[in-house]
Amino acid sequence: MPEKISLEVLRYRPEEEAEPVYQSYEVPFRKDWVILDAINYIKDNIDGTLSYRWSCRMGVCGSCGMMVNGTPVLTCATFLEKYLPGPIRVEPLDNFPVVRDLVIEMTDFMEKLKRVQPWIVREEEKPLSEGEYLQTPVELEDYKQFSMCINCMLCYSACPVYGLEPTFIGPAAIAIAQRYNLDNRDQGNQQRLEILSEDDGIFECTLVGECSAVCPKDVDPAGAIQRFKVAATANWWKSLLMPWGNK
Amino acid sequence: MKKNIDPFWWGLFGAGGAISAISIPVLLFLNGLAIPLGWLEPPAYEDFFTLVKHPLTRLFLFALISLSLLHWAHRFRFTLYDGLQVKHLNELIAILCYGTAIAVTFVAGYILWRF
Amino acid sequence: MSLNPNYTKYHPKWYRKRIPIFWWMQKWAYTKFILRELTSLAVAFYAVVLLLQIRALAQGPEAYANFLNWLKTPVSIVLHGVALLFVLFHSITWFNLSPKALVFRLGKKRIPDALIAGSNYAAWVVFSAAIVWMILTI
Ligand code: SF4
Ligand code: FES
Repeated sequence: MPEKISLEVLRYRPEEEAEPVYQSYEVPFRKDWVILDAINYIKDNIDGTLSYRWSCRMGVCGSCGMMVNGTPVLTCATFLEKYLPGPIRVEPLDNFPVVRDLVIEMTDFMEKLKRVQPWIVREEEKPLSEGEYLQTPVELEDYKQFSMCINCMLCYSACPVYGLEPTFIGPAAIAIAQRYNLDNRDQGNQQRLEILSEDDGIFECTLVGECSAVCPKDVDPAGAIQRFKVAATANWWKSLLMPWGNK
Repeated sequence: MKKNIDPFWWGLFGAGGAISAISIPVLLFLNGLAIPLGWLEPPAYEDFFTLVKHPLTRLFLFALISLSLLHWAHRFRFTLYDGLQVKHLNELIAILCYGTAIAVTFVAGYILWRF
Repeated sequence: MSLNPNYTKYHPKWYRKRIPIFWWMQKWAYTKFILRELTSLAVAFYAVVLLLQIRALAQGPEAYANFLNWLKTPVSIVLHGVALLFVLFHSITWFNLSPKALVFRLGKKRIPDALIAGSNYAAWVVFSAAIVWMILTI
C-alpha cells in the first residue's frame, strides 16, 4: 500500500490566468478515503485557495461532481483506491463553463429544469376537504426510479450531444419530466410532451447512452428519453392517421 | 401541438432499424457470402423468380428496402452532425440524406410494382 | 482587481472548453457509439444490393447470372464480409437497447427488460431459420 498519492487538479483563476493549468498535490493515501477527502485535505493543509463545491459527503446533495480521470463522478462516492497508483486527474465537470478551479456555472441546467415543470400539475385542484391524492405502492413504482435524481449533472457532463449543442434540454431534465408524467397524481403529460418535442428537446438525443452509464443513482435518463420519443412519435402518427381523434 | 416533423422521421428510423436488424443479417449472409462462396447451392432462377413474384414477398421487400434506407438517412444524418460538427451544413445534409432515401424508395417501388 | 482585464465585477470570465472534432475517439464508449451509428451505412449498402438483385432478377436469366457473377468477385465478398460484421453489430445493439424505449405491462407488472430483448432475439432466430429453410427447399 503506497504512503502517498498525487492529484493533478485543474486550476483556473480568471484574475491570474486566461487558460487553466494543472497543479499537482501529494496527499496521504488512505484506503477509506474518497476523492473528496483528498481534496479537503489539500484545502485544509496544502493550499487554501482551491475552490470546489461539496456538502453532504454521502451522495445525496449532488454538489461534488467532478471529472476524475476523464469520467464524471461524485467525488464523495469514489474511492482513491480505485485509481492506484495514481496520479489522479481532477477537473471540473465537462460541458459547463468553469467559474473558478473546480466550480462550474449551472444556471443553464437550473433554467432547463424549471422549463419541464417539475411539480405536480393539476387541471383543477380539488378542495382540501376532499382529502389527499392517493397513490398505491404499484403506482409509486412506476416513476420511483426517475425520482431518485439528485441534480448532480454528471449526465450532462457525459453527454456529447449536450456538449455539442448546449441548447439541448438534456438528460436529467427529461428524466425528471418523466418522473412527473408517470405520477398518477399529475395531469401535465401533454404540456411536458410539447415542451420536450421542441427543437432542443428529445429528438436531439442520439442515444449515446453515457448519461445512464455515469448516473450515480441509476436513474437511466437515456431510457426516459427513449420512452418520450416513443410517446411523441405515437402521438404524431395517431394525429396523422386519425385526425378526428384529436381534441 | 407544435407541428414538428421529428417524430415522423424518428418513427421511420425506428421501424427501419427493427426490420433491418431482424432480416438483413440472414439475407446478407446467404445472398452475399454463402451462395457466392459456394457453401450453398443457389436456387434456380425460375424458383427464385416465382418466390419474388409473390405479392407478399414483394410487399416485404419493398418495406425492407425503403425502411432500411430511411433508417440509414436519419441515423447517418445525425452521425455527420455529431461526428464532424458540421452544424452549418445541417439543412443540406438532411435534404441529401432523406432525399436519397426517398428517391431510392420510389425506384424500389417502381421495380417491385412492375416485377 | 478592477485593473485586471480578465476580471469584470458582474461577469466573471468563464472558461469554456471546446469539444474536439474527434471527441468520439477519446473514450471507448463514444467510439462504440459512432461505430454503432455507422452500421447504418452497411444497412443502406445491403438495401441497395438487394434492390439491384431484384432488378437483375426482373431483367431475365442472363442479367441475373451476371449479377451472381459480380457477387462472386473478391470486391463483393470483402464488402459483404465487412457489411455483415456491421449489420450484426446493428442487430445486437438494436435488440439490447430496445427495452429502453419499449415498456410493456402484463396486468400491473412491467415486463422485465431481459424478456423484451429476449423476444427480439427469438424473432431474429425464427426469421433467420425461416429464410434458410426457404432457400434450402425451393
Ligand atoms: S439523472 Fe443521474 S446523473 Fe443526471 S443529474 Fe440526475 S442523478 Fe445526476
Ligand atoms: S458531497 Fe453531496 S453528493 Fe457528494
